[in-house]
Amino acid sequence: MNRVRAFGLFWWDFVVGDDWVAAAGIVVAIGITAILAAEKVAAWWFLPTAVAVVLAASLYREARNSR
Amino acid sequence: MTAGFLIASAFLASAVEFVEALTIVLAAGITRGWRSALTGLGAATVALGAIVAALGPALTLVPISALRLVVGALLLAFGLQWLRKAILRASGYKPLHDEAAIFARELEEARTAQAEERAGLDWYGFTLAFKGVLLEGLEVAFIVVTFGSAQGRIDLAALGAGGALVLVVIVGVLVRAPLARVPENTLKFAVGVMLTTFGIFWATEGAGAHWPGDDASLPVVLAFVIALSAASVATLRRRRPAMVAA
Repeated sequence: MNRVRAFGLFWWDFVVGDDWVAAAGIVVAIGITAILAAEKVAAWWFLPTAVAVVLAASLYREARNSR
Repeated sequence: MTAGFLIASAFLASAVEFVEALTIVLAAGITRGWRSALTGLGAATVALGAIVAALGPALTLVPISALRLVVGALLLAFGLQWLRKAILRASGYKPLHDEAAIFARELEEARTAQAEERAGLDWYGFTLAFKGVLLEGLEVAFIVVTFGSAQGRIDLAALGAGGALVLVVIVGVLVRAPLARVPENTLKFAVGVMLTTFGIFWATEGAGAHWPGDDASLPVVLAFVIALSAASVATLRRRRPAMVAA
């Protein structure tokens, strides 16, 4: 069981890392892109914009916590 | 353009991981004996080969749009981690990655660890090299399989990673010291930018949206991510003195 847990933790740390909010933001942004695309709206601009917002928010949190 | 970008991305990302693996194997070899360290290296290489051999063909069975969606999301989450750390390092919020200091710490830990012999090998040296190579190698395998499969060119991604391996091994054998002169922080910044670029590109396509100009928009996404990163570093650098004074 410990090995399974360690394996899961490794992949969690590997992909999600220490800011799960940013990873969750990316998943939500991809979901919104899919919804826009399904509605036949030009959606290519949405993910880059969302990445800029998610990255800025993540950096802001880190900078604030390091005070 | 895309093929060259793919090879360069896989080369740079893999080179960073191989430099880190080399540091661990050197520390294990120098302190605990080369036989155990090289056996650990070989065992990890075999394990990695088995993982890639199992995953690579399995991924070709997944429809390309679904694959790009999952791979894009994974690369984006993974790439943002790299980019975030690189921006924090470049702006002084995080200490720079120091391969020489890591090597000194690994040496000290390996020297003070107790001797335990199993199957004629120094077990600490074997497991240190095995774990180090397996973990760093898994990152390389992840990069090669995701980059290659989403583009339908695992061979090109493997070529980039293979080139990095050959270069790091040759330089490592010649120097027999951690590659502290490699501009690892700059490389990590470049890799974060590339992973994020590919992640944005493929996740958008996988979600069903279409880029204006198709593949020709990839350099534009790259330029956007570079500009975003540079602006983030500049903003954080400006904020830092005010925060220190506060």
